[in-house]
Amino acid sequence: MRGWKPAPHILLLMPAFIVLAAVVVVPLLLSLYSSFTPFRLTRPDTIYTFIGFRNYQRLFADREFWVAFGRTVLLLTVALNLEMVLGLFLALLVEKATRGQRLLRTIMMFPMMFSPILVGFQFKFMFNDNIGLVNNALQSLGLTDQAIPWLIDGKLAFTSILIAEIWSSTSVFAIFILAGLMAMPKEPLEAAKVDGCTPLQSFRYVTWPFIMPFAFIAMTIRSLDIARAYDIVKIMTDGGPAKRTEILWTLISRTAYSDARMGLANAMAYVAILLSILFTVMFFRQLAKARQQIGAEW
Amino acid sequence: MATVSLKNLVKKYGHLEVVHAINLDVEDREFVALVGPSGCGKSTTLRMIAGLEPISGGHIHIGDREVNKLPPRQRNISMVFQSYALYPHMTVAENMGFSLKIAGKSQDEISAAVADAARTLGLEELLERRPSQLSGGQRQRVAMGRAIVRHPDVFLFDEPLSNLDAKLRMQMRTEIKKLHAKVQSTVIYVTHDQVEAMTLADRIVIMRDGHIEQVGPPEEVFRRPASRFVAGFIGSPTMNLHNAVVGAGKLVFANGDTLPLPQQFRDRVTEGQKVIFGLRPDDVYPAGHGIHSGEAAEVHSVEVPVSLTEPLGNETLVFAEFAGQDWISRMLNPKILRMGDRIKLSFDLSQSHLFDAATEKSLRG
Ligand SMILES: Nc1ncnc2c1ncn2[C@@H]1O[C@H](COP(=O)(O)OP(=O)(O)OP(=O)(O)O)[C@@H](O)[C@H]1O
Ligand SMILES: [Mg+2]
Repeated sequence: MRGWKPAPHILLLMPAFIVLAAVVVVPLLLSLYSSFTPFRLTRPDTIYTFIGFRNYQRLFADREFWVAFGRTVLLLTVALNLEMVLGLFLALLVEKATRGQRLLRTIMMFPMMFSPILVGFQFKFMFNDNIGLVNNALQSLGLTDQAIPWLIDGKLAFTSILIAEIWSSTSVFAIFILAGLMAMPKEPLEAAKVDGCTPLQSFRYVTWPFIMPFAFIAMTIRSLDIARAYDIVKIMTDGGPAKRTEILWTLISRTAYSDARMGLANAMAYVAILLSILFTVMFFRQLAKARQQIGAEW
Repeated sequence: MATVSLKNLVKKYGHLEVVHAINLDVEDREFVALVGPSGCGKSTTLRMIAGLEPISGGHIHIGDREVNKLPPRQRNISMVFQSYALYPHMTVAENMGFSLKIAGKSQDEISAAVADAARTLGLEELLERRPSQLSGGQRQRVAMGRAIVRHPDVFLFDEPLSNLDAKLRMQMRTEIKKLHAKVQSTVIYVTHDQVEAMTLADRIVIMRDGHIEQVGPPEEVFRRPASRFVAGFIGSPTMNLHNAVVGAGKLVFANGDTLPLPQQFRDRVTEGQKVIFGLRPDDVYPAGHGIHSGEAAEVHSVEVPVSLTEPLGNETLVFAEFAGQDWISRMLNPKILRMGDRIKLSFDLSQSHLFDAATEKSLRG
């Protein structure tokens, strides 16, 4: 009897396959499976009860989930747009700087160097209604004589989170767009001037099409980032007050660990991941189109 | 329709001055060619006229407006860039029509103008392509097209034909000439190619190291170069230029060989003066194989050995040794010569040039 002897290339790839399977495929399948069970961490044997799509059915009927879902999409949309605009301005300004540009670029990246947890704490402190810097400043300037309940009012809390999120990540846009600006050939801009463009028209017709792909890369990265946002929100409001800043992942983690309903949480997580994939596909489409437009060779 | 006038125009990059107070008056509808070696400041001058490069001193007028501080869009110019500068994200048609679109022309007008330019430039097949899908020569023609769809006061061309093959270049040269005759705009045209300059321009401006060496119609810069530099720069093959000292009624070369002192310079030099003697290859020829330049030709012949020949078909360039140096001569109705053959070489001294060795300026009156 001859022993089973795999071809060398299969043998060589085996370790990689085994590791990948162990750390990615198995957990993935397991969590997918558990989303079809009423699995609770407190009752491990529930993982063997198969309930089909019941978790998903519940989700689709669950108002709380959809509110969180909607809020996440809202956060994503508003944050992406504002970051895009701010990042663009920042990049245009820095690109104009003839001296100290390197320093400015480094400073621009500072917010990215802090852990989101710390950013959360810092903004939580700043927006605190009693001891926070923001209220303190507003009151000292005489703009208001009351303590504004930044993190207590639902809308204000959402705004505060938005501000923290934008502060920490606008530089992602700025950096990508700046890279685009620096890679852009200067001659077409000169041609545009001769062709009669005002500075605004030059930007609109020449600069913008060129940096668009770079903006889309930043959008893809940031949309994934925000779709899985958790840390800043967890620290600043923990989804409160009264769930008025609950977003997908604070809800999922609460369901999974506080309520211990792992099966349901996994079902939510899969829906959330679908959302991320959707955004990624969308931005990649745009990116491909924009790249083709400028005849990019990358 | 406009004149262009440069007064004491200066350009400095930091402390480095690259254009030194140049003066130039271009007339309305005139075609002026800017020539000169690489790095002499042709593009810089053109870019200052376009308004793409701030000027460090002097004045620029287009028509009767001083445009020193006006942005390019207010100067009513169009320009072909040395590096094409096409818009990478637009098709050929969009590239060409862009200025009209910005000017608010209707789509019909734009399409008509683009189609017209595309026909002139042979770009009809390429209108829907993007610049990245074009060859260098095609890009250059698109750049050209972008300039000619409009009817600006002044056309600025920065080596617009440098990337075309010989045939296409000749064809485009004709097109440019026709175009100029048709639109009657003022043209300032930078080129490396002196044939282009000679054939296209009403006047040629020869630049060197940020100075203007000479300005004049093509025949004049060719026949009466103001300096040794111009003499060497204009004309192909280049003029024979050799150092000599003025003797009694003759020119004495370094090795002692002599030529008679040309008539027209008799009163203009003194004995012992160091000079540079110049004679075009057309005016040095194996006896009986030259261009006859009129009755009064002042021809002097010497017997010399051939050191090299370059047959070109209808003529042969003969390098012959005289006065210890190679002289290029043009032999018409060529016969076959071998290295070392001795020939009678005729110097048509009536066509000669003499430059002062120190100032390198022409000694002609
Ligand atoms: N941005 C710049 N900074 C410093 N020096 C410059 C700059 N641009 C051009 N120069 C210098 O100015 C001089 C003139 O340059 P310019 O481009 O006008 O030459 P050119 O005559 O057009 O040459 P070519 O025929 O090679 O195109 C050159 O010596 C060049 O090195
Ligand atoms: Mg140049």
